[in-house]
This record gives sequence, structure tokens and C-alpha cells, in this order.
Amino acid sequence: MLTRRSVLAASAASPVLASLGAEDALAATPKNIVVMGKTIDDIVAFDPAQSYEFSDNEIDGNCYNKLVTPDLTTGTTVVGDAAESWTVSPDGRTITFKIRPGIKFASGNALTAHDAAFSLQRVVKLNLTPGFIITQFGYTKDNVEKLITTPDAMTLKLELPKQVATSFVLFCLSANVGCIVDRATVMSHQKNGDLGNDWLKTHTAGSGPYQLISWVASEHVILEANPHSALKAGVPRIVIQHIPEPASQLLQLEKGSIDIARDLLSDNLKQLAGKTEYTVLKSGQATSVYIGMNMGKPHLDKTEVHQAIKWAIDYEGIAKNIVPGTYEIAQNFLPAGLPGALTDMPFKRDVAKAKQLLAQAGYAKGFSVTMDHIAAAPYNDIAQAVQANLKEIGITVKLLPAQAKQVFTKMRARQHELIMSVWGSDYFDPNSNAQAFCADPDDSDKSTLKILAWRCHFHNVALTKMVEDAVKELDDKKRIAMYEDMQRQFRQIAPFAMMLQQNVVAVLGKGVSGLKVGPMPDYTKYADIRKA
Amino acid sequence: MSDTSLRAWLLSDTPTSRRQAGWGRLYRLWCDLRTNPLAMAGLITIILLIVAALAAPLLAAYSPDAQDLSNHLAAPNAAHWLGTDELGRDILARLLWGGRITLGMVVAVVVLVAPVGLVVGCAAGYIGGLPDRILMRVTDVFLAFPRLILALAFVAAITPGITSAIIAIALTAWPPYARIARAETLAIRNSDFIAATRLAGASRTRIILVHIIPLSLGSLIVRVSLDMSSIILTAAALGFLGMGAQPPSPEWGAMVASARRFIVNAWWVPMMPAIAIFVASLAFNLLGDGLRDVLDPKQRS
Amino acid sequence: MNGRLRTLAATAASVLITIFGLTVVTFFIGRVMPIDPIVAILGDHAPPDVVARVRIELGLNQPLWYQYWIFFRNLIHLDLGRSVMTTHPVLQDIGRYFPATFELATAAMIVATLIGVPLGVLAAVRQGTRTDHIVRIVSLAGSSIPVFMLAMLSLVVFYAALGWLPGTGQVSVVYDGIVPRITGMLVIDAAITSHWNTFYNALLHLVQPALVLAYFSMAYITRMTRGFMLDALRGEYITTARAKGLSASTIIWRHAFGNIWVQLITVLALTYAGLLEGAVVTETVFSWPGLGQYLTNSLLNADMNAVLGATMVIGIIYVFLNLLADVLYRMMDPRVR
Repeated sequence: MLTRRSVLAASAASPVLASLGAEDALAATPKNIVVMGKTIDDIVAFDPAQSYEFSDNEIDGNCYNKLVTPDLTTGTTVVGDAAESWTVSPDGRTITFKIRPGIKFASGNALTAHDAAFSLQRVVKLNLTPGFIITQFGYTKDNVEKLITTPDAMTLKLELPKQVATSFVLFCLSANVGCIVDRATVMSHQKNGDLGNDWLKTHTAGSGPYQLISWVASEHVILEANPHSALKAGVPRIVIQHIPEPASQLLQLEKGSIDIARDLLSDNLKQLAGKTEYTVLKSGQATSVYIGMNMGKPHLDKTEVHQAIKWAIDYEGIAKNIVPGTYEIAQNFLPAGLPGALTDMPFKRDVAKAKQLLAQAGYAKGFSVTMDHIAAAPYNDIAQAVQANLKEIGITVKLLPAQAKQVFTKMRARQHELIMSVWGSDYFDPNSNAQAFCADPDDSDKSTLKILAWRCHFHNVALTKMVEDAVKELDDKKRIAMYEDMQRQFRQIAPFAMMLQQNVVAVLGKGVSGLKVGPMPDYTKYADIRKA
Repeated sequence: MSDTSLRAWLLSDTPTSRRQAGWGRLYRLWCDLRTNPLAMAGLITIILLIVAALAAPLLAAYSPDAQDLSNHLAAPNAAHWLGTDELGRDILARLLWGGRITLGMVVAVVVLVAPVGLVVGCAAGYIGGLPDRILMRVTDVFLAFPRLILALAFVAAITPGITSAIIAIALTAWPPYARIARAETLAIRNSDFIAATRLAGASRTRIILVHIIPLSLGSLIVRVSLDMSSIILTAAALGFLGMGAQPPSPEWGAMVASARRFIVNAWWVPMMPAIAIFVASLAFNLLGDGLRDVLDPKQRS
Repeated sequence: MNGRLRTLAATAASVLITIFGLTVVTFFIGRVMPIDPIVAILGDHAPPDVVARVRIELGLNQPLWYQYWIFFRNLIHLDLGRSVMTTHPVLQDIGRYFPATFELATAAMIVATLIGVPLGVLAAVRQGTRTDHIVRIVSLAGSSIPVFMLAMLSLVVFYAALGWLPGTGQVSVVYDGIVPRITGMLVIDAAITSHWNTFYNALLHLVQPALVLAYFSMAYITRMTRGFMLDALRGEYITTARAKGLSASTIIWRHAFGNIWVQLITVLALTYAGLLEGAVVTETVFSWPGLGQYLTNSLLNADMNAVLGATMVIGIIYVFLNLLADVLYRMMDPRVR
């Protein structure tokens, strides 16, 4: 394996530069390296059993294969990845996968059913942040070895402890947590029975087109082509540089210091309009911006108030003027692109109607309330626009901007009044968002499910039951219909104003092509990137 | 009293009361200061800034919060002299209103810090012994942090906002004041006149409050005027790092912070408030520098 | 002799007490942050059972005083814990990021001294003239301008508009990781190992942040130099030297300046400590991989171990630089001696 240093040295060891001029220091990136500017300070760990942030999932998506992956052209089914085919028993309790032969890990080892079983078992045994995606089928560290088995080297058998919809299982397996790791390599790095977790945090051991060579937190990630991958990488080396400022990304893209800019804001995109040498890629992202209203706080317990706020927001003005290109209006809890998503827009700004609703609730004179939000662009601007909108119907909003993690901490403790926040789906199945926004089976502090509905005291028995039923429904059509029904009820009664859906935007510099951006981070693919 | 006789009273070589002597000293300082053009430029700028901030409702043609999303990031023009920001708000109006916050923060810090520093420093210096030693160690701990870093940590610990920023800056600003007050106290504590007062039966509290503190005031005022610009810059840096005043507040540092992303395509949006910070801070520095020259006889020409 | 030993012991004791105070202040600041460290580690989507388990694993369910005791005990063993953000031990991170700050601060210091001292001398010699006023305005502007404004202006002008200098970062991607780490200061390492391309590239990257930071400290150096020089020029020996008919430059540089340089070194030590503060903002704007940026990033990510570690280290350096200034001052000032 090439070390990072040797390749870089080779690429830079051009004849001892006769011209030690400024030209050299400012030179464009070399042909065999693609440099991507991106915010990557969210990375915590690359171990698929632990990784849950945007950037680490995206890297994993390019370094690993999963059993199945969503068919992004239709968005309603999965297709095989490392699994060639699968069969489901009539009762839906057993799924048997046939592994595609010929897949090799970066180490040269062949990928077998043993690796796939090991990968899923270690997710359950480690039970870190994303572990619930697999444990929600009923697996525990005591039953998982009995229920996930390998009849032969190329066959993987999943016996499900309880009845769950097959489509739900398959979509969950297509999440980042379903990445298949190289058992032999990982176990050779095991320390104190950690199943290689400590080593995998900063290394990859997968069969995808790239492998991780170096990660320095808040500085860079370096990927190198995996020589054994079935899918050949177009560029031998990809450097992802941490550039937190969008303006800085744009500047460096224009100077040719980076080839791809990943976090440009609407205003930056406007500057690029009409410049044909750049390619702008866009894809809807399963990330929703919403306002949550804590029903445990005064004034916010009434449905009329929730509806008044939903009718007061100037969705169009915000989408058109503050975040054009980077966000779209989305008023349902399922973002467009996910199975079952509704795309109609029931709400628009109607000050008279909103005022009337507020009067019905008994607050004709309005009231004062606080709104927490993340102190970063574009949330600052959106929050201030919402503040101005609500002022018009008599609600005085005091904004409380803070760092994202502080906003999350406050919401988890149910101390917020209004909160403007973001929610990214955990996996490509409607249950992820349905559960987050609708399910609150136990509103007490002892609850074992404390997601968004619980955090806003939205304890609705009927919706909770619908979520629980839908996840068991074996008939796909019926299941989708249930989610559509849930969304229609949700918009009438829920203390959540769904506002926007994020677009991922990537801008490719001159001569660069082939990046694919997907609706979730692990579906953004580097393999086809080319540089002329 | 006519102008000339007032002048004579102030400049009298043989003042008849402590009050006359005090006013006389201040007047002579003022005469000295007046001859320093840079210091006067600073003083006039400060007065103009304060007046502009106080008269913001009269001077500003727009509300600082009035958004006009369709006219955002407009370049300076006849309707908006300094252009508009990312939400279409008038930058000039925001600067004027923001002056109240920025200058208000400075005043708040000084009001918080000066009395505390003075009382603590004088008390420690006069009482001496263990309390003094403990106090000096505490100031050492606080002085051991660069000001901005301590303020950053404090604000992060409370929640970002104007009040927290004021408290954080005050916490980092008081130790030097206490030190100066203590040094002054040590210098006068054994003077004959304090000893006489003590013999006359004055209590410790009375001596500290009535005699020692007023005498330490002078050097403290110089320190304050020199500290002003540093307070403005720390407040702005906190705002810039997202830990000070928060949008939509038109505090100058926060304005720069939320607009820094437009530096390339709409430079005036972040630069106008940055220039305002610079001007205010420079004005205080010029005044402080002039004051020091006047008060420090060593440097007088 | 006895007296001097006692002074030394007293100084050492006061430094230790100060550092102990530092640990208390940093620890409690860290614990009252409105961010749940568990959220910082596990993310917003972590289910309750995982949250509860990790809280116990990290000892965050223990009373505060006990947590402090553990923190202090580990500190004595030079264990500052692990950073969540980088996954490395904090001490290792500091070892990694400190040299970059040191490199930047030293470069800035050299520039500031080379410009600030002669300017100060010039202003003193031409006291009251237009030169004096100009020097004063230039240096006061330096201590009035927000560092971030200067940094942004510099980037926009020299990188974006003119293209004379490279943008943010310590070195271009192409040269990243070529030079073996010896001192950790890229410019020096590249020079030692004869990686001249990298050396040149790194040097160009250093210019902007170093100049910005230098201007910030130059103001103070100039002002102090001017003051010292004015004092020195008034001294009796200067009058004597003048009477002897020595040339102006001999008087200024040999006699007056020769008399103030110890004082100046004290000022430089203090300025150096102040640079650590300027570095926080400068490093943030220029994406310079130093301790200042490490601190800001860990603050924003509620990475408590890293915040505590970085603040401690900066505090300790600050204490020692102040101590150094103090000792130097005692050594040269006859009244204190």
C-alpha cells in the first residue's frame, strides 16, 4: 500500500522548480488529486457502528458496501449492493441474502457472509448511537448470534425477533450502519474486546472504491483508491479540506485551489450564475427545517396557536429571498424523495387567518415567546424573518441563538418554548421521521423514546399507534398509504411547523465532472469523479 | 462669577480649600489636553458618537429591524447611504442604534468594574495581611488568562448574549483596577494625614471610603480611558466569534460576524460596522494616550 | 543569600497557587456550560439507553467535587483526557497544534520588533514633530483596529483581488504532509530537511497572518520604546555625551538605546503573552492549525477536555511569560533590586 507521504512526495517532486515564483505557491491542484472544500468538523468516528454525522457517513459511503442500497431513481425500493439477491419467508420473519461473489476488501480479503454477519452483530453488541437502527427489529446482544447466521460462506440469514415490515428492514440495512467491514482486518486490531471499535474510528476496512488514508480533525480527510474494489475509482486520491466559510470555499474554487465546493450558500451561488465553466449539482436532502412548539409551555398548548403560527410564516419569501437554491419549501414531515412523502403545500402566509386562529385560542392580543435556533447562516436569517412574520399576528418572539449542540441540549431537556431546528432522517424509510415527529408512547421523563414528539410534549395516542402499526405492515402499498394518512393528520394537529427541505449543492470547478450527490450523505458518491 | 474670575479661581497658586485645589488640578489638565490635537480629535469623535447613538431615533431614516428581503445587499445609494444588509435592513440605521449597544456595553463594564476594583483594591491595600495576600493571588489567577480567552470561556459557560458578554468582560477587567487601587493605597496609607485621621478616631471603613478611595480615583480614570478601546475590541471580538451580542441585535461586532460571509461580493456589509468599531476604538485610544501624556509628567515635553 | 532563596520560594509558591487557581476556574467553567457533554459526544439522535450508559462510563453522574478530584489527579499524571473532536489525547493534540501557534507568534514578534523598535526610537528622537505624530497615529491605529477586520481586509486584497499571496491554511494541499515533523514548525522543518518548495510555499502562507498579528503588537512596542527612549535621552550621561561632542547616532544607539534594551526585553515578553490572545482570532480567520483555532473549535463543539487543556496550557504559558518579565524587571531595576 502506498503511504500518504510517498504519493504526495511523488506528485510534488516535479523538477526542482526553476521558478520559485509566486506562481508556484498559488498553482492549481495537480491532475491526479481532486481537492474538495467542505465543512468536516462534524466528524466523530468512521466506524460504521458509531458514525452518525454527515461527513463521516459520506466518507463511509465511499469506502464500504452494504447488503442493499435504495434505488434512487424511484426512491421506493432497494436494490442489491453486496447482496446479489434475497428471499423473504411468507410470514416475513426470515430474510435470506445471497452474497455477490468476487467482492474484495482493501486488504485483498474476499467479502463473505461471515463478514456481513459479523458487521451486523458488532453493531448490536457495541450499541452506539446509530445502533438502534438495527436493534429496533428486536435484536439484543444475547440473541443476535443466534438470529443472524451464515448457513454457508455466501448466504446470510436474518431471523427477525418480532414482526416488522420487510421494506422497513431493507431500508434500515441500507443505512450507513449496514456497512460491511472486513472481519479479519478489524479483529486483528481488537483491543480489550472492543471489536476493533477504537481502530475503526480512524481507519476504514471496506470494499468500496476508496479507503481512508488520513484524517486530521477539522483539517482534512485523505482518501485513496482501493485497488481491489470492483468499482474502480476515477481519481487516485481525493483530499477533503475543512473550509468552514462558504465565501472562502467560493474564493478558493475561483482561484483553482480547490476543485469542488460543497457548502456554498445562496448568495455564493448567485455570484456563479452565468459562469459556464462551473457545474452546479443539486439534490434534495432528507433534512428538514422545522419550528417545534413545546406544548408544556404557556400559550403553546393549543392547536389553534400551532395552526396560527403555521399560517403566519412567509414560506415563499424565505425560500425565494433568503435561501434560493439551497432550500425548498417542504410542509410535510417526510421530505420529498423518501417513500411515502407528500409534496402538496397546505400552508401559505395568511395574516388574517392566523390572527383569527389566535383569537379563537383566546390570544387576540398576542403574547410573547422565545425561540431557540442555531446561530449560523442561514438559520439566523430565517429565524429573523420568522420573528418579523410572527410580530404581524401579535406574537412577540425573542430569539435565542446558540451553538447547535446547545440548542439540542435545551430541547432534549424540554426547556425550550419555540425552537427552530433541523432534523435529518436516520435511514431511507418513512419510519425514521414518522417516529421522530409523531411517536410519544410515554410522555414521562422515564420514557425510552425521547425524540422530537416527546421533546415537545406532543403526546398523541392515535398518531403514536399509527406509527407502531405502519412499521409492522407487510403490504408495501398499504404501508405507504398509512404514512400519507399520518402526514395529513399531522399537519392539522401537530405542534410542528414544517418549513423547508435542504438541497445539497456541490459546485465543480473547470474540467471536473462525475460527482454524484444523493438525498442522504452516504449516497454521495466519488467513484465517477474525473478531472480533465 | 465671570469667566475671568472663574479662571483665576481655578488657576490660583494658593487654593483656599481642597475643593478648589482639586478643581484647579483638573482645569490645568484640561488646558494641557486642549493643546494636544490628537487627543482633542479623539474626544470630539467620542462625543459625536455618543450624540449620534443617543439621537438614533431622530437620525435614522429607517427602523433598525425593518426587513426588506427583496432589496437585500444593496450597495450604498441615495436611499440607503451605507447600503442594506442580508435581510434588506438599512445599515446606517443599524449602526446608529447599534452604537447604543456597543457604547452601552463599554459603560456597563466600566460601571461594574471600576467601583469593585476600587473598593477591593483599597481595602486590601489598607488592611494588608492575609486578606491582601489572598486578593493578590486571586487577581493573579485572573490575570493569568489572556482577556479574550477567559471571556470566551465564561460566555460559553453562561449563554452567549450581551449581558453575558458584559459580565465576562467585567470579570476579566477588574483585576488591574484592584491592583492599581492597591498600589495607590499602599503609597498613601502611611502618610501623615491618614495617620492623623486614624488618631482622631475614624473607623477603618470611613478611612477607606472617605479618604483613600477619592485619592486613588485619578490614576483609575486614566486606566479606564486607556481600557475603553480594549473593552470595545474584546466585545467586538466576542461578537465576531459568535459569543457576544446575537443577531438581530445591531451590536457592531455581531453585525460583522453575521455579514462576514459577504466580504467578497458585498464588502460594505461587514466593513461598515468594522469601520465603526475601529473609529470608536481609535478615538478612545487617542484620548487615553493624550491623557496619559498630560498626567505622566515624565513624558511631558 | 537567605533572602534571595526565600524570594525564590515565595515566587515558586505563588506560581503554583496561580496554576492551581487556573485549574479550578477552567474546570468549573467547563462544567456549567449549557451543553450536555453527552450530546457533544453522541449526537442529537442518540437513544436514551445509550445516553445513560455513556454518562456512567464517563463518570458524569458523580458529584462535581469528585469529578474535579479525578480531573486534578489525572492532571498531575499529565493526563488531560481525550478530545471528542480529534479522538486523540488532549496533550498529544496540544503538542501538535502548539508549534504552529509558536511559529506564527514568533514570526509576528520578529516583524513587530524589527519595525516597532526603530519606529519608537525615531518618534522619541523627533519628539513633537510631524514624524512623531505620524508614528503615534500609525501605532495607535494598530491597537485600535479589530484583528478580524485587518485579517479579512488582507485576505480580500492580497489573496482575492491581487493574488499576490496564498489564502488560508498553513501550506497548499500539494505540499501537505511531505515534510517530516521535527520541530512541528513547518517553515523550520522544511528548511532543515531541504524541502525548498514546501519551505517557500509555507513561508508565503505565513506572511499574511504574521503581518496582521505583528501590526497588533507593534503598536505597543512602539509606544513603550518611545517612552523609554524619552526617559533615557533626558539622562545626565546623555548630556555628558553631547558635551563630549559625540555624533547623534552614537548618542542615540550606543548610549540611550544601550541603556533601555533590558527594559525593552521585559516589554517584549509581555507582548509575546498578548500575542497568544491575538492568535485566537487570527488563526480563526486564516484557518491556521494552531492552538487558538483548536480552542475555538473545541469551544464550539463543547469538547470539554480539549477546552480545559488548551485554556490551561495558554494560561500556564501566560503565567511564565509574565514571571519572566517580572524577573527581568527585578534584575535590571536598581530600585527593586
